[in-house]
Amino acid sequence: MTLQQHIKSIIAVILLGIAPTTIVASEVEESAIDSILLQLNLEEVNITANRFREMTPVQRLSGKELEKLNSYSVADALRHFTGVQLKDYGGVGGIKTIDIRSMGANHVGVFYDGIQLGNAQNGQIDLSMYSLDNIDELAVYNGQKGEIFQPAKDFGSAGMLYIRSRRPKFESGKNYHLKVASKFGSFATINPSFLLETKINDSISVSVSAEYLTSSGEYDFRYRRVTPNGTVAYDTTATRQNGDIRAVRVEGGVFGTINDGYWRVKLYTYNSERGIPGAIVNNVWRRGERLWDNNTFVQGTFSKDINRYYRTMVNAKYAYYNTHYVNNDAKLIEVDNRYKQKEIYLSTSHAFTPFRFWDIAVAYDYQFNALNSDMANFAFPKRHTNMLALATSFQIWRMKIQGSCLATFIKDKTATGDNEGKKKAFSPSLLFSLKPLKNGDLTLRAFIKRSFTMPTFNDLYYTDLGNASLKPEYATQYDGGVTYMRQWERKFVRMFRIQADGYYNRVTDKITAYPKGQQFRWTMLNLGEVEIKGCDVATEITISPANKLFFTVKGQYTYQHAIDVTDVNDSYYGDQIPYVPRHSCSAAVQGVYDGWCINYSFIYAGERYSGQQNIAANHMQPWYTHDISLTKEFKLKRGSALKGTFEVNNFLNQAYDVIQNYPMPGINYRFTLSFEI
Amino acid sequence: MKRRYITYIALIASLLFASCRDEETIILSESESIENAIDTNANPYGFYLLNEGNMGSNKATLDFMDFTTGVYHHNIYAESNPNVIKELGDVGNDAKIYDNKLWLVINASHKVEIVEAKNAKRIAQVDVPNCRYIVFDGNYAYVSSYVTTIIGDVNAQEGAVFKIDTETYEIVGEVKVGRQPEEMVIKNGYLYVANSGGYNSDNYDNTVSVIRLSSFTQIEKKEIAINLHRMRIDKNGKIWVLSRGDYYTLPPRLYRLETNSNGTIKSVEATNLLCSNFDICEDKIYMYNAPYQGNSMATNITYTIANIETAEIEEERFIKDGTESLIKVPYAIKVNPSTKEVFICDAKNYVSSGTITCYSPQGTKRWSVFTGDIPSSIEFIYK
Repeated sequence: MTLQQHIKSIIAVILLGIAPTTIVASEVEESAIDSILLQLNLEEVNITANRFREMTPVQRLSGKELEKLNSYSVADALRHFTGVQLKDYGGVGGIKTIDIRSMGANHVGVFYDGIQLGNAQNGQIDLSMYSLDNIDELAVYNGQKGEIFQPAKDFGSAGMLYIRSRRPKFESGKNYHLKVASKFGSFATINPSFLLETKINDSISVSVSAEYLTSSGEYDFRYRRVTPNGTVAYDTTATRQNGDIRAVRVEGGVFGTINDGYWRVKLYTYNSERGIPGAIVNNVWRRGERLWDNNTFVQGTFSKDINRYYRTMVNAKYAYYNTHYVNNDAKLIEVDNRYKQKEIYLSTSHAFTPFRFWDIAVAYDYQFNALNSDMANFAFPKRHTNMLALATSFQIWRMKIQGSCLATFIKDKTATGDNEGKKKAFSPSLLFSLKPLKNGDLTLRAFIKRSFTMPTFNDLYYTDLGNASLKPEYATQYDGGVTYMRQWERKFVRMFRIQADGYYNRVTDKITAYPKGQQFRWTMLNLGEVEIKGCDVATEITISPANKLFFTVKGQYTYQHAIDVTDVNDSYYGDQIPYVPRHSCSAAVQGVYDGWCINYSFIYAGERYSGQQNIAANHMQPWYTHDISLTKEFKLKRGSALKGTFEVNNFLNQAYDVIQNYPMPGINYRFTLSFEI
Repeated sequence: MKRRYITYIALIASLLFASCRDEETIILSESESIENAIDTNANPYGFYLLNEGNMGSNKATLDFMDFTTGVYHHNIYAESNPNVIKELGDVGNDAKIYDNKLWLVINASHKVEIVEAKNAKRIAQVDVPNCRYIVFDGNYAYVSSYVTTIIGDVNAQEGAVFKIDTETYEIVGEVKVGRQPEEMVIKNGYLYVANSGGYNSDNYDNTVSVIRLSSFTQIEKKEIAINLHRMRIDKNGKIWVLSRGDYYTLPPRLYRLETNSNGTIKSVEATNLLCSNFDICEDKIYMYNAPYQGNSMATNITYTIANIETAEIEEERFIKDGTESLIKVPYAIKVNPSTKEVFICDAKNYVSSGTITCYSPQGTKRWSVFTGDIPSSIEFIYK
């Protein structure tokens, strides 16, 4: 990047709140004109301007838009995405995982600042551990990104969530940025945070961010049932117990730019202690499970455009996850187990551009995982993973075609030497995109992808349960969709966007726990087949009815017909799989006027079943929540600003479970105060 | 222009506010007529079936089969007891009728629930932590539990037997036994408890505890075999106890015990009978065996009959029409003492409906019906 480009990028950063590497300088000027859009921080402006960046369905939430949604964690914000199912066990500390298009949580790759978060033990990433405090953007991709210059892992999963933390941004003439904030809320929640960014010189900046969260997790929940004639059968309110959390997150980063490239180093550490509130069942209102987590990683990226024809990138990561689980319920057996995971990851990517219309890329990743525990008869598994990806793309006229194939080879070793295995799997994909209109407002797209998830250490080696002969679980996706987006300047309607996709997915060789025949004995088998037909629609409109007054309305709808087709003789053959609603939707309305901002959001999940059989005993009523918030920003002297937000969440106080027997909070409040200079 | 957009927004907003949520109704029972099952003069005239439900699902359910009408009633508890918060509970482990009352042991709800045997209406609830099985003698019920409230070494993981007064429904005694005690039998004023130690696969318990009921103290802890579970007494007063084995090399095996007049165990005999579960009716032991075979589903499950005198198999296959292949995971077995029909529960994959199948004494399938999740305890009811 030349100095001139660099300056332009910095302007872009200030104006648009996006990072230098994601935009081309010439686009800044086009977009910068419309100050309204800046105020609303509609990043899509830039994204679509960069033609064919997005060949697959993508949804993003970023910057201020993300701040306005009433969300504590990454997981809360994801409820606003279409085609995403969130499993939420309730409360601030409850486990939250995502599932994209009903294919299962293990088919979702979660990336933090460009490098995948791993959990070789059970494959699940608990999103409640990732706060929104320091996050710039969340993006969900179906299939994969439309890019080919990326690590091999980015070609792997059936769906991806990219979490991008904040990169240093400075207002003109300043070489530092400081933000202190604190949130106070229901359930005795206190959440102070701190961010400091400084510019060492024109090409290097440093950022430090820290956060502390404490919450009692105590909230009232209600279970009410009526008899068929309408009289109350029971109506009880109790307080959620053992849902407390204390967590500290510290992040530090060094960000550098070089000629036609950049480098970054990041350290992340998260330490928490929490109670696991558990299922509310008859006669049990409190449980004694506790969990301590320490997730620490250091990662780095280096990327450089060597010349017009060749670009290269190197990524590396070392991660250490320490989990301590204790069950000290006097009514149950004492459990005290520790698990330690280590991960080493190295990646190198290369892109060649022999002609302007043709790109070729090759990427190779290596990963090492090890899991230790003090459990009896533990296998102490270690895994070496080699990944090689080849990709190419052609851009002809207003059309782009991209093909890629990822080959993955894993080799496991265990302490006993038994049950060691080698496995391999291939993940090919074909992406197509077309912009039939000259102005680029309309995009048509289609993709086919076959991806897989490798069995986890628990699936393979868990004492008495694991099955080392498991094969990978596959997901095949067919998707076709369309996006239309248009912007206007100084008109009543400022922006309109609609995006719709229809898809057919099939999950085969699904890894399922299955009884062996003896009592209490389970094993893992590649037994399960799911067929998913779905449709995701997202739309957004921004209007300006008066000077300085803007409204944005967003709506999303998801249809999922996800049925079990494993065996015709099963009682649940052809039934909708557990916890996937047929219909779900969300909507948000944001109004902005002169430093004031009001946000209303609505989330709806339709009826669904808690078990495999679609019978009355498993039926769960739809749930929906209404959240509202009001923000006021005060500009102070010397470019500093003070901002206050007041939120009321679930203000109609609906009592609901996302996961059966895990009650969610009713009406709750939050107040945020932040100061920036 | 403006107005049109505002109308649209209002329209969308009103749609979103439209409620699609009904009041949640208690789950009602469902009745199903079963062909081939009517016997107007039957005695026992029916049975209760307690379904465990997977742990954490709160899906312990109670079904009732009425032989006199041939009607199977699914999930009757909530309808009989609409006011019980969160219904029957989590993991229904044992069901027994005593003195016209049905006692339901709900393991993960840490309670014993007492209902009228005739209509399943609740009489009382007794909180017993981690309760497993129940037996009766005189005015008392005895409930085995994986934990004890008696202070001691936590690492010893000792379980207990709780003594409940059947008139007042109060706990009136507790005695420590071995680790994770399971089934029990009572003989001549002595209680025999099968200790499993099932939580420690590297160190199973291997004892039977003998409790003198008059003093409610443990008088003997006799080594038998590892991981004990089922226990029955035959008409000769001999006690049959099942060792579950270690699921690897040691197969599950039946042991036959004889006792002295002072309650202590006189002899222990390891029989040649390998089985996963059994029931005794007169001089016959009905049993099934799902042998361990690594990481696959059991395919060669056998259903056999042995003799209590010889302790040898006398019938290699008691299901003779090939319908046993429909059973995926046999989970309970019970013989109707008057008709000699054999009932076998199938737990399938543990997280969906199981089945109960009735076989004639001649070994042909008479009928089969879907149950709740993990059907586990069958209790006959008499006129």
